[in-house]
Amino acid sequence: MAYSTHPQHPDIDNEMWASIDEIIGRYRHKAGSVIAALRECQNVVGYLPPLLMDYIGRGLNLPPSDVYGVASFYALFSMEPKGRHTIKVCMGTACYVKGIKEVMSRITNAYHLEEGGTSLDRRFSLEAVRCLGACGLAPVMVVDADTHGDVKSDKVLDIIETYE
Amino acid sequence: MEKLTFEGLQQRQKALSEKAASAHVSQLLICGGTGCHATGSIKVIDAMKEEIRKQGLTDKYEVVETGCNGFCAMGPILVVHPEGVFYQKLKADDVPALVQEHLIDGKHVEKLLYKDPNTKKRIPLQDDIPFFSHQMPRVLRNKGLIDPESIDDYIRRDGYLGTAKALLEMTPEAIIGEVKTSGLRGRGGAGFPTGLKWEFASKSPSEVKYVLCNADEGDPGAFMDRSILEADPHAVIEGMIIAAKAINAHQGYVYARTEYPLAIRRLQKAIDQAKELGLMGENILDSGFDFELEIYQGAGAFVCGEETALMRSIEGKRGMPRPRPPFPAHKGLWEKPTILNNVESFANVAQIIVNGGQWYASVGTEKSKGTKVFAISGDVNNIGLVEVPMGASLRSIVYDVGGGIPKKKKFKAVQLGGPSGGCIPEQYLDTPVDYDEIAKVGAIMGSGGVIVMDEDTCMVDMARFFMDFIQDESCGKCTPCREGTRRFLQLLEKICDGKGIPEDIDALEEMAVVIKDTALCGLGQTAPNPVLSTLRYFRDEYEAHVLEKRCPAKRCVNLLKFEIDPDNCTGCGMCFKACPADAVIWKKKEKAVIDKEKCVKCLTCFAKCKFDAIN
Ligand SMILES: Cc1cc2nc3c(=O)[nH]c(=O)nc-3n(C[C@H](O)[C@H](O)[C@H](O)COP(=O)(O)O)c2cc1C
Ligand code: SF4
Ligand code: SF4
Ligand code: SF4
Ligand code: FES
Ligand code: FES
Repeated sequence: MAYSTHPQHPDIDNEMWASIDEIIGRYRHKAGSVIAALRECQNVVGYLPPLLMDYIGRGLNLPPSDVYGVASFYALFSMEPKGRHTIKVCMGTACYVKGIKEVMSRITNAYHLEEGGTSLDRRFSLEAVRCLGACGLAPVMVVDADTHGDVKSDKVLDIIETYE
Repeated sequence: MEKLTFEGLQQRQKALSEKAASAHVSQLLICGGTGCHATGSIKVIDAMKEEIRKQGLTDKYEVVETGCNGFCAMGPILVVHPEGVFYQKLKADDVPALVQEHLIDGKHVEKLLYKDPNTKKRIPLQDDIPFFSHQMPRVLRNKGLIDPESIDDYIRRDGYLGTAKALLEMTPEAIIGEVKTSGLRGRGGAGFPTGLKWEFASKSPSEVKYVLCNADEGDPGAFMDRSILEADPHAVIEGMIIAAKAINAHQGYVYARTEYPLAIRRLQKAIDQAKELGLMGENILDSGFDFELEIYQGAGAFVCGEETALMRSIEGKRGMPRPRPPFPAHKGLWEKPTILNNVESFANVAQIIVNGGQWYASVGTEKSKGTKVFAISGDVNNIGLVEVPMGASLRSIVYDVGGGIPKKKKFKAVQLGGPSGGCIPEQYLDTPVDYDEIAKVGAIMGSGGVIVMDEDTCMVDMARFFMDFIQDESCGKCTPCREGTRRFLQLLEKICDGKGIPEDIDALEEMAVVIKDTALCGLGQTAPNPVLSTLRYFRDEYEAHVLEKRCPAKRCVNLLKFEIDPDNCTGCGMCFKACPADAVIWKKKEKAVIDKEKCVKCLTCFAKCKFDAIN
């Protein structure tokens, strides 16, 4: 069931809209579920374009300002499109002590990327995250779903290069 | 599936342990925690299963994927049970030889055994390795021994007996009494007595109440809660059911960090299995008591670990703290009486019920009872998850369990309590693990992150690091925290950049008092701690930055010259090989020089030079 006609958006196809409607359907009668709904919709589309947030708001019967408010508060949500691969560099204490600063500066220099930025060719997005809970392997970097431990600055680019 | 009664549970437990005792099957316990998954344990598990099948050993050996074994830096890890031989850093390629030599020929595979970094000796048995032998596993009693996705593994090791006792034989008052006797204090950081918290909520009149578990684990450098959930999720569930009975709640939520997918998956599976057996849901163990549990995923905001913010977040709002009172025990989630406890706090409860509060309190110090789980990381040989009795000294954690500092470097400080905590220097390493004693030396027990720092760590830079974290995570609701942390950060950055003046140090101290007294929640109130503790013990480093424009640990980029001292340079060429920017000019047997035009100030060469020749 669609909660209003699907708006047009270049990054959201019909299949995605169907998943989005399914997600909203599951959460529409559950109080306090906007965070879960945003998370799942972001998983489908990759990010949260404003028009999608409006749509979710209508589906959950929430004013758009509530939806934006929540989306902008939590670091998980992104309103910008992401690269094909997401590089998460752990800036937690254990990784910091073990030299993640050097790793980060290698990456930013090599790909002309900023923390939080996406490369022009949309190959990589770079995020600085706080502790991935794998401190035993510090310094830690996660590319997409792969956790890489013990990433030293002289090895990091070799790892990243394997992600086309 | 048929729902269990108490007799049914006991019979199942008995049958499972008899089967385990009679079957003559050795278990190959391979770690499947997040850390070991990252180092390739799934491939090792697959290879092991395949090899066992190929060699026709399936009736003698069973491959079990466990949760975090604890010694994460050595992963992937295999422990051959029950003999207890410990193999580390396994690769799938090692498996055929290991099966042949150990399982068939009965010999240890020397090169895969643990090697003591100090004595250089190989140690075959897990229990003999210093990292393990100084520990006291209580919360972690099942760690590395059971398949966390099998409820029967848990039941076999006396699982759900605490729940049964609490629901069938005890009144809420009796449960609270037992928890009070145990002396258990909250493991999430503040150390509030758990029994007392439950008592407040139990006396709060309401038809609807909630039990919440804080699995947000926001402190960077902490992974205790993740490991507990990954290794023994039912222990946490039991603690929540027992708490629910104590305060008469029927609904619970676990607020889990979204960055912990494996922990969330295993916890969900555990909840589903418990439901199937009637250990969760309606009429648990035919006791007439109902309890439902749901997982709620956070969305990446550190402040949501604070109790009132966490509750707002579950309500689907921006996770901003609110003033207390009213306390959650009276008005919590959806304005109903609520208790919130940390993962580790809950994981202690079932054993307190089974063995009694007295048993629990038999270990520890006067005001800190039981054991504490720590995640040790940083510049230390043995990185991982450990559990020691309260009262053990920090020195024994760093040196006996942690194995000391690698690469012959000197110890500088140990950081406890994350961004709300502090650094403890060498002269206070004999401080015991005790809420009040640790507070006396300017840190806090915290949730259990222990970060060891060697001489190459700049303490001003660490203070800046924590302030950067806090400033970034401040929710912005109150001015002292929002503006104060920004100002703090500016000052620290100025000092690290070599632009500091002596008055800046005084300003830091003055601002600390203001923020502490006026911020609304714990985040702001404790924000100055890392600055204050480093100023207390490492004032000389601040002064070197401010007065001499020098960073003694050579970490602050803007205070470094990026020059090689020809007197110290041996011409080894390590810096040349490591430099990503081709900025080092070096020929064999000649001294190196840095081309400052090309240098991108990445500090790689500083770490590589063993002769301290780069300034
Ligand atoms: C900013 C902030 C972050 C916190 N983060 C956590 C956390 O990640 N995990 C946790 O258990 N407690 C955290 N706490 C403490 C909780 O507010 C609360 O005291 C605790 O969960 C209560 O459980 P306990 O009594 O079992 O420790 C945090 C507190 C503050 C102020
Ligand atoms: S102290 Fe900081 S984090 Fe806490 S409510 Fe105030 S601004 Fe928010
Ligand atoms: S700091 Fe980095 S770029 Fe500069 S010389 Fe050293 S390794 Fe090369
Ligand atoms: S690593 Fe140090 S000693 Fe070796 S060439 Fe470079 S500056 Fe000289
Ligand atoms: S600090 Fe990097 S994984 Fe914990
Ligand atoms: S994850 Fe394997 S030992 Fe911790």
